[in-house]
Amino acid sequence: MIKVEFLGPIGKAPLEMEANTLADVAAKLRTDSDLSSWLDKCAVALNDTMVNDLSTVLKDGDKISILPPVCGG
Amino acid sequence: MELYNGPLDTKEIFGRWLDEQAASNYGAFIPFVGTIRAEDDIEALSFDIYEPVLQKWFDEWQEKAKALGAVVKMAHSLGDVPVHTSSYVSAVFSPKRRVALELIDAFVEDFKANAPIWKYDVKNGERIYAADRSTVMNGAGLLA
Repeated sequence: MIKVEFLGPIGKAPLEMEANTLADVAAKLRTDSDLSSWLDKCAVALNDTMVNDLSTVLKDGDKISILPPVCGG
Repeated sequence: MELYNGPLDTKEIFGRWLDEQAASNYGAFIPFVGTIRAEDDIEALSFDIYEPVLQKWFDEWQEKAKALGAVVKMAHSLGDVPVHTSSYVSAVFSPKRRVALELIDAFVEDFKANAPIWKYDVKNGERIYAADRSTVMNGAGLLA
C-alpha cells in the first residue's frame, strides 16, 4: 500500500492505494474527477524527492506527493 | 533555512546573518527582500509550504554556493503576511561581488520556479489561490 498526498491548494484528503509503479498511480488518479484540472500542472515527489519517470518502482509504505504550481516570495 | 509564522523581522534576520559572518572574510553581501504590495484590494498574502522538499531544494543550492566559495541564506513566512510587510528574504555572501550578484539572481529565480510554496490572496478574510501568478514546477504533468 502506498499513500498519495495532495499539497497546497488542491485541498483533497490523502489516498491509499496498491501500486507497483508511478504509472499505476497515474492510471488511478486519472479516473478521479477531483483531479482532472490539476494533474497536467502538478509535479510529483516520491518520499520527498522530486521524480520524473513513470516507470519508477514503488514499495510498500512509499509516500507520493502531488505538487501544484508554486509561487513563493 | 528559516520559516516563521507571519511576517518576517527583516532587520533582526539580516543583522543576525551579518553578525554570524562578520569574521568569515566575505567581501560581498547581497540581500533580497520580498515585500507584500498593496494591490487588487488584498489585505495580505498567505503561504503554504511543503518543508521536506523545500529543505532538499535549499540544501542543493547551499552545495552550489559552496562550490563557488559562497553561502546562501533564506527565510520565508508561513500563513498570513499583511501588506507592506515582508514574506521572503534571502542573501548571498561571497568572497567577491561577481559571484554574489550572479548567485542571488539565479537563486531567487529558481526559488520562484521550484520552491514548494503556495501563495494565496487574502480578501475579506478569505484565502484565494494565486493560480494566475503560479508556475508549474520542473517535471509537471508526469501523471496526466
